Formats: sequence, structure tokens, C-alpha cells
Amino acid sequence: MNEVLLIYAVALLLAWPLGLYLATIYSPRPTALDRLFGPVEWVLYRAIGVDPLAPMHWKAYGKALLKLHVVLALLVLVILMQQGRLPLNPDGIAGMSWDLALHTTASFITNTNQQHYSGQAQLSYFAHLVAIVSLQVITPAAGIAALVAILRTAFARREASALTTDGAVSVGNFHADLVRAIVRLMLPVAFITALLLAWQGVPNTLEGAQTATPLDPSAELAEQRIPVGPVAPMVAIKQVGTNGGGWYGPNSSVPLENPTPVSNVVETVAIVLIPMALVFMAGYLTGRRRLTLLVMGVMLSMSVVLTGINIWSENQPNASFAGLAAEGPNLEGKEVRFGATATALWGSFTTQTSNGSVNGMHDSFNPLGGAATLMDMFINATFGGVGVGLINFLLFLLLAVFLGSLMVGRSPEVYGRALEAKEIKLICIALLIQPLLILGLTATAVAIPGLAQNSNPGFHGLSQVLYEYTSAFANNGSGFEGLGDDTPWWNISCALALILGRFIPILAPLALAAHLAGKRVAPTTSGSLAVETPTFAVLTLGVILMFALLSFFPVLALGPFAEFLSLAS
Amino acid sequence: MNHAPSFAPTVSATPIGRWLQALRGALVLMLLCGVLYPLLTVAISGVLFPRQSTGSLIERDGTVIGSALVGQPFKAPGYFHGRPSAAGYDPFGVSGSNLASSNPALRERARASSSEIAAANAVEPAAIPVDLIAASGSGIDPHISPEAAELQIDRVAAARGLPRAAIAALVAAHVESPVLGVLGQPRVNVLRLNLALADLGVEAGVTP
Repeated sequence: MNEVLLIYAVALLLAWPLGLYLATIYSPRPTALDRLFGPVEWVLYRAIGVDPLAPMHWKAYGKALLKLHVVLALLVLVILMQQGRLPLNPDGIAGMSWDLALHTTASFITNTNQQHYSGQAQLSYFAHLVAIVSLQVITPAAGIAALVAILRTAFARREASALTTDGAVSVGNFHADLVRAIVRLMLPVAFITALLLAWQGVPNTLEGAQTATPLDPSAELAEQRIPVGPVAPMVAIKQVGTNGGGWYGPNSSVPLENPTPVSNVVETVAIVLIPMALVFMAGYLTGRRRLTLLVMGVMLSMSVVLTGINIWSENQPNASFAGLAAEGPNLEGKEVRFGATATALWGSFTTQTSNGSVNGMHDSFNPLGGAATLMDMFINATFGGVGVGLINFLLFLLLAVFLGSLMVGRSPEVYGRALEAKEIKLICIALLIQPLLILGLTATAVAIPGLAQNSNPGFHGLSQVLYEYTSAFANNGSGFEGLGDDTPWWNISCALALILGRFIPILAPLALAAHLAGKRVAPTTSGSLAVETPTFAVLTLGVILMFALLSFFPVLALGPFAEFLSLAS
Repeated sequence: MNHAPSFAPTVSATPIGRWLQALRGALVLMLLCGVLYPLLTVAISGVLFPRQSTGSLIERDGTVIGSALVGQPFKAPGYFHGRPSAAGYDPFGVSGSNLASSNPALRERARASSSEIAAANAVEPAAIPVDLIAASGSGIDPHISPEAAELQIDRVAAARGLPRAAIAALVAAHVESPVLGVLGQPRVNVLRLNLALADLGVEAGVTP
């Protein structure tokens, strides 16, 4: 338990100053670090051929973001299918099938990192670095860019909006927002993390697999081939960028990817560090510190409750072991060096942030532990993915403003700007597509024989299918991994959920922000709804729970809750 | 806005120009994030952490026996045994069982492990630490709990013809405690313990 408190405390204490630093990155004032980073950024802008100061309309901003992603996706698709002919492939790994390459590309271009392959056996070093690691740096940076554009446009305390050359509202410059996030945040943090992990024992070499002769010949394993590679830089960025896709199939449960309790703390803190820091950043950047207090308060409450349920659940015995061993926590799918509590904590953080890395197998969690991780992903705004998590939260906040205002009979407005039909439509598009897509695809996969490929019988089989689509849409990437998911059906249907789950929740709020910013600001009066208050925090919490959990309550009852009750009886 | 001269004339005026610019952006960022960043860490790790960088290998008499981070299968009664593995301790096939707690197949597997361990160590099932019948997440967990090692002391001592106290002392010396008293769980690295045991056996002239 002390380990859990320590990790929460360390994460919050690091996130606070990091958030302040992030706010300076995106403030127009010069900073001391410009001397260090300025020249690097200048070279990058020159090489890309863009003007980082040109203001952009939200459509231009969104198009620049989408075009970069489309081009990256095509390049990555080619690399994955052709990796057998490319360099840096000491273990002689062949190219991927088209549908697996399509799913993998969709998964990494959306910051999800859902894997229907095992990296150590199915990706070359070239593909790991050039295709996967670069997307693991770029996609969270794009999330930060979108968040910053939305915050500065619709939430910042200021006199008038910046304008583009033809007089429309500017949301900022995409290239500058992206490059700054990469150069000043993602790469430095990942670099430090990578060296910490290499020190703890995560391999970091270009040599091919090592061969060992095991000690006990009677165990009939004549030779043990140990896959290594440039693992540390990938594990570092997969943790700090809410990516989650690891080098080895079972991710950070593998001792080569997470060797010691110290590396485990580094990786666990890295999961929540930037998502938490962005909440602190939001307050400094917009000049509304109490907004940070409101958001952090609601997020921490949800986090603590669901993490608590998960830790309690995993410290209960596994029902299958009753009478066969001394009573102890559920260690099926978990590693001895971490134990049940640290694994449950990771499982909660990784689903609260849309990271998706694991240090134990979620498929073998007790039913309520699995249910807690599912609920984290339905909410998808408890810290959330880098950038997009806070965007999701702000949507819930606007919805709470709308509902709260109607309940007390005021005209809905946020920070003086009226919320009208168009804004509410955009919010509903972004929020309602989630249950439609997840439940629709889950129903289809279980209704048509042969599609689901679930490996566990009964209620848990349904949970496996539900988890896969929830994880895809939440851009999480973890899985109930017993599922036989490398089939054309799974690859293509998940690719659909991945892409819609990424770009709609970025573009709709961006449009919404620009639209809000174009409105006249009404002066605050005693009749305005006070947003930054405890009462409103409770209302926001209620709206999140209602929207995110009630839509899924029936399917939770059919899956994990039914499994729990059947084992309890 | 006096920045204009410092930037190349943008090529983004036409639709094709904008796509070419996106391509330029993608290639430049891939070079920075996918080549420079990781290779810089590889170069530094190679200098600072040469042993860890290639997989923390353990050599004995000039041959690589294994990695301190990768568990191995042990069957002989004179060795300590590790946890059940869904991957047969093959690091290229790393995997957990992914069996749900409600899956009858898990109960079957656990029943087999439990009776095997109970028979080999002459104990009741209720005395078996749970990590010995639960498969690890990675399939190559190098550790067992100290209790799981203690359970096996009598068997190992008998098989090697050594006094129980000698083996117990060896186990005690190999228990790793939580870091700073808080982080992680107490544990024993099975391969390291068995290597120490093998060294002991050679000196005592006993082959397992």
C-alpha cells in the first residue's frame, strides 16, 4: 500500500513543475531554454519548409494534422510490409500480412498501440525504430498540439482572439505546437527515462538475439535464444507518451522490458506523468488556476476509487486455485517481483490514461479487477491520453455546464461565451459515437459465429470481445490477450474503431473551440453559472459517470459482473 | 513579423505542394524521433551499461548459461524449480496463459501442478505458495517467492546429499528484499540460486 501512495505522490510532485514548464513552452514570452532548443527548432522548420508563426484557422490546423498523419501512415505501412528487405534485421524477420500491417499502422498512428503481433518475433529493429518509435513520439505530441490549440482558443483569459490573415479566428500554428512538444518535452523526457531503464537492465543494443545453454539439461530446453535490441528507447517513449506498445508480446511483464521494482516505479510514474502535467499546464496556460483544481479534483477522485477496487480485487485469491495452494493474492499472469498490488496499480493507471502497456495479464485479472479497467476506458478522461484525455474531460465539462445551466434555469455559457445548438451537436457527436461503435461492433462480433475467436468460455468470453473494442476506441491498446485477434475481421474492424476513436474526438472539439472563440464575451454577473466550484465539480463527476458508465452498464452486467457473481456462488 | 527572410519560400500554395510538405515533415520527424533519438541512447548505454545493454548475460566457464532476467526450466530434483510457464520458458514465445479465473482449464492446470508439487516435496497442497501454481505474465519470470524456495529445501538437500542447513543458508543469501523496504516483493532469482547450488555440488563432488 505504501508503494501505491508513494507512486501517486511522486507522480503528482513531478507533474506539477513539469506542467509549469509546459505552460512556458506554449506562452508567447521568450524563455531561458530558447537558446538551447531554438536553433534545433529553427533547423526543423527549415527542413520541413514551414512558417511557425503563421496563424491558422481551425480547418487549416486540422488539415495539417491529418495530412501529416496520412503520410506517416503510408510510410509506416510500407515499412511494415517490406521489413524483410530493409536493413537492421539481424533476426531475419519477414514482412507483415496486409491486414496485420493495416491494423498495426492504424493502431500506432492513433497513439493506441494495440498489438495483434508480438514485437520480439514479428518486427525488425528498423521497423521498431523508424516506424514504431517515431510514431510513439509524434502522435502524443500531436495530441498536445490539439489540446493547446483548444485551450488557448476557447478557455484562455484574454481580451480578444488572435486572427488569421483573412480575419477568421486563429487556433495557433500546428507545426510550431507539434515541434515544440517533440523537441522540448517528449524527446528530453523519453531520453532520461530510456537511460534510467537501460541502467536497470532493459537491453539497448543493435546486436541480434543472444544464445544461451540452460543449466539443467534434464528440463529438455537445449538452447535458449534471448531476443534483445534497442529496447530501452522504445519502452521509455511507450510509457511517457501514453502509447503502450512494447517490444515483447506480454509488454512490461517481461523482465527484459521491466527488470526490477525500480524500473517498475519509473515506468508506472511515466504512465501518468505527462497526462497529469497537462492538467497543471492548463491552469497556468489559460490563467485559470482554479480550473486545474477542479479538473484534478474530479480526475483524482475517479482514479482513487477505481484503482482501489482493482487493488482490492487482485489481492483476493484466484477462484481456480481454491484448495490447491495456500491462500494468497491472484498471481496468475503476474510477476513475483511486482506482486498483485503493483500490478493492479499499473493496470488502473494504464487504462485511466489510455496508455495500454501492462505489467501483468489483464485477461487473468479477477472479474472485478477486469471490470475496473473496463470502466476506466469507458470514462477515458481520468488523466486520459496525452492531450486527448483532457480534451475529453473538457467536453464532459461543457456538457455539465449545459445541463447545470438548464437545471437552474440560466442560459448556458462557459467563461462568458454562450453554448448553443451547434456546440451541443459537436459535443454529442464526439461523445455518442463511443457507445454506438463499441456496442455495435461487440454485438456483431459475438452474433456472427467464427468472428469472435475468444479463448475463454462463458461470461468472460464476452468480456474479451468488449475489452478489445473498448480498448481500440479509447486508443488504449491493452487487451484480454487470449483473444485470437490476428484475423482479417479483427484487424479491419479494430482499425475502424481506432481511427474514429482518435480523430473525431480531436477535430470536433477543435471546431467547437474555434466556434466558441468567435462569440462575443458576456460580462460575468451574479447570474452566471460558477464553474470553478466544488458543487460544479460534483455535477461534472455525475455527468461523466452517467454518460460513460450507464451506457455500458448492461454489457458490464452480462460480462464481468455475471462472472463475478457466478464465481462467488 | 520580421521572421520572413529566415524561412525557405513555402511550397504549400497548391494541393500537391501541401502533400509534399507533409511528406517532408514526416521524413524529417521520422529521422529525428525514430533514428537520432534511439541511436543516441544505444550509443550511451553501450558505454555506460555494457553488461545490461546486451541482456544481462551470465557466463560460466566461457559459455553463456542464460540471462539474469530470463527464467529457465528446471526439472531435476536437485535444482530449485520456477513457476509454471505458458511459453515453456522460450523468450521468443513469451506469453501468459491468459486464462480467466472462471475458465475450467485453469483449474485443471492448477490441480496438476498442485499435486505434482505436493508429491515431489512431500507437503500438503495448503502449504504450497500460490506463485508456484500460478503461471507468470511473461512466461519467463526469473523469480519465485522466498516461501516457494523454502518449500523446496528438503527435496534439494536430499537429492544432493547435503545438509539441510547448507541449502537453507544458500537460499537465505539469495533472498532479495523490496527496494528501500517499499518497492517490489521479496524474491529469489531461481537461476542464480541454482548456479550457486551447482558450484556447491562440484566442490562437494556431488553431481545432481
